[in-house]
Amino acid sequence: MGQTLILTGTQAAALAAKLCRVQVIAAYPITPQSKIPEVLSEYVEKGELQAEFVRVESEHSAMGVCISASLVGARVFTATAANGLAYMHEQLHWAAGARVPVVMPVTNRGLGAPWTILNDMQDTIAQRDTGWMQFYCMNNQEVLDQVILAYKVAEQLMVPTMVCFDGFRLSHTMMPVSIPAQSDVDKYLPPYEPLHSIDSGNPVNINPVVMTDPLRGPDGELCPSYMGFRFRLQETMESALPVIAEAGRSFAERFGRSYEDNLHRYRTEDAEFIFLTMGSLASEASDTVDILRERGVKAGVVGIRVFRPFPAASLVEATCRAKSVAVVEKAISYGYEGALATELKAALFSRNGHRPVIYNYITGLGGKDVKPTDLLEVAQEIINGAAGNIPQEKPRWLGYGV
Amino acid sequence: MSVTTMELPEVEYILPGTRTCAGCGLPIAYRHMLKALGPKMIMTHPACCLTILHGIYPKTPVAINAVNNTFAGTAASASGLVAGLKATGRTDYTVVAMAGDGGTFDMGIQALSGAAERETDFIYVCYDNEAYMNTGVQRSSATPSGAVTTTTPVIPKEQAKKDFIQIMEAHDPAYLATMCSSYPADIYNKFLKAKAIKGTRFIHMAVPCPTGWSFPTKDTVKIGRLAVESAVVVLYEVENGAFRLTGKSLSMARSGKKQPVNEYLEMQGRFKRISAEQLAEFQRQIDVKWERFRKRAGF
Repeated sequence: MGQTLILTGTQAAALAAKLCRVQVIAAYPITPQSKIPEVLSEYVEKGELQAEFVRVESEHSAMGVCISASLVGARVFTATAANGLAYMHEQLHWAAGARVPVVMPVTNRGLGAPWTILNDMQDTIAQRDTGWMQFYCMNNQEVLDQVILAYKVAEQLMVPTMVCFDGFRLSHTMMPVSIPAQSDVDKYLPPYEPLHSIDSGNPVNINPVVMTDPLRGPDGELCPSYMGFRFRLQETMESALPVIAEAGRSFAERFGRSYEDNLHRYRTEDAEFIFLTMGSLASEASDTVDILRERGVKAGVVGIRVFRPFPAASLVEATCRAKSVAVVEKAISYGYEGALATELKAALFSRNGHRPVIYNYITGLGGKDVKPTDLLEVAQEIINGAAGNIPQEKPRWLGYGV
Repeated sequence: MSVTTMELPEVEYILPGTRTCAGCGLPIAYRHMLKALGPKMIMTHPACCLTILHGIYPKTPVAINAVNNTFAGTAASASGLVAGLKATGRTDYTVVAMAGDGGTFDMGIQALSGAAERETDFIYVCYDNEAYMNTGVQRSSATPSGAVTTTTPVIPKEQAKKDFIQIMEAHDPAYLATMCSSYPADIYNKFLKAKAIKGTRFIHMAVPCPTGWSFPTKDTVKIGRLAVESAVVVLYEVENGAFRLTGKSLSMARSGKKQPVNEYLEMQGRFKRISAEQLAEFQRQIDVKWERFRKRAGF
């Protein structure tokens, strides 16, 4: 039988790892992720979780441990944030190239310099192109659920997966989380069965040097080149959305919470104005939408749940009736605009020709509060803009002070 | 119990057709190391000359399980193999990590120090050819003073070689040994011993490099022997804190004789621009270290 507990996001992530019966954990502490390895240490030392816990000396090593442990057939887990994630960057590419189904929660945090320990999403958005799947959570229930879901998907596709949630706003905030029964999780997520394993009778050289053009193997078969391996990763990513949707559907059948839709949608059916955002901001935007609806504005929210692979078709379908879309982001591609804004525009451009007025807002960096009044201001600005068909020249920074 | 060259097992784990440079000392050492470790092992290594030895996908001339990893991550990768094998109930494999001096003395030091401090149950082998040979002979912290490299092309390296073995000994590993590719039986015997010990085992393996050191490919074994005979490389092992000179170094300590470094240096193009002062300082440092080793061994 499941139960409901009041948990922080980090506790939810650690509990999810335990429910997934992870076999190897390697982690280095970093604020605001630290509680995840702390809670897991306790599970392991009390014997509640049978796992090898490698208390590494750095994040670069944490991912190094995870990759190799996964290559010999273990279900592995780590967690990080911010500069720790940046320090892992090389290993993130290596994990994706090695096609290991590592699952890693990231408690989103701003990157130095200057130092901040507080929330934004620059850390994970900057890792967008490492070949990892990226899921974003709106609340602590999603943190727990999406870790379980991530293993389900990662192990089918052999693609590593980040489960991203806002530092402090979710990592350190307590909220009710429905905990599934271990027996149900076991049925949903059977033990990891690796595609290959180490066998002294049939030795293999894993991740060796490959050439620019395909070469023939000892048996005469043509084997992939570097680009061939990379194409296969892209091919898998391109085919991943239905797999993620199916995992979400079977999750709903077993646990009663649906993750079939790659997007979080709130009052979008007839929305003329949409907030497009990610993470916990989607729930804050939902409150603003209620206020706007009371004022007679047909507003809605679309929150990105799956960012990589990018759910372009769903996003186009969700925004194609809107007159205007305000893309509100906690990260920016410096010198241009927020990545989500770019990707929405690209998706609309290449798919249906419908052109809502799109304004981009950069906000919440380094823990800056995003208030409903800020979002109301955004709504007013863009609705006026849409009425006059006034394009936005560059992203607007909301609430940065001086 | 020591095995002589004639008694080595006939089984081969390196097949003909490796991609190392002609005259490379590494295949000699690796061949004997693998004979001692046997098939129940898994190797992890970063980008280095060993990667080249292991060949290009989809073929490999090496009949052991190998996992390539990032440059700085060899010991972390080994920690993952140890944890993964243990978690999945396969504790009968020996986990071996092997990296060059760049991947050990320089970039790999953090992960190796971490793994050694955690008393990870694995063998770490640093094969030392005294520069970044795989990328084209650039200076490393293992490069001795007086050596010309492609990043010390005009003024030979001015600083002494980092004493990395001492750094590793300070970690108090379960077993520590030094070896040189010119003494295969010594390599075999030390790996046989290392295999039987639990905990972190650190091996320093001196490997002459004809390409980077600039000597004729026929002289690889000779140069390695000269390195030991002049005490540039000292063969020893530390087991449970007990220090012991081995092989040629032990007989040199007994006889009290060692060669001056001149011949060793003169045979190599990389020392062609060594100054008289550097040469004298090189000899002085070797003498001081050798006396320290002799005293430590009780001579």
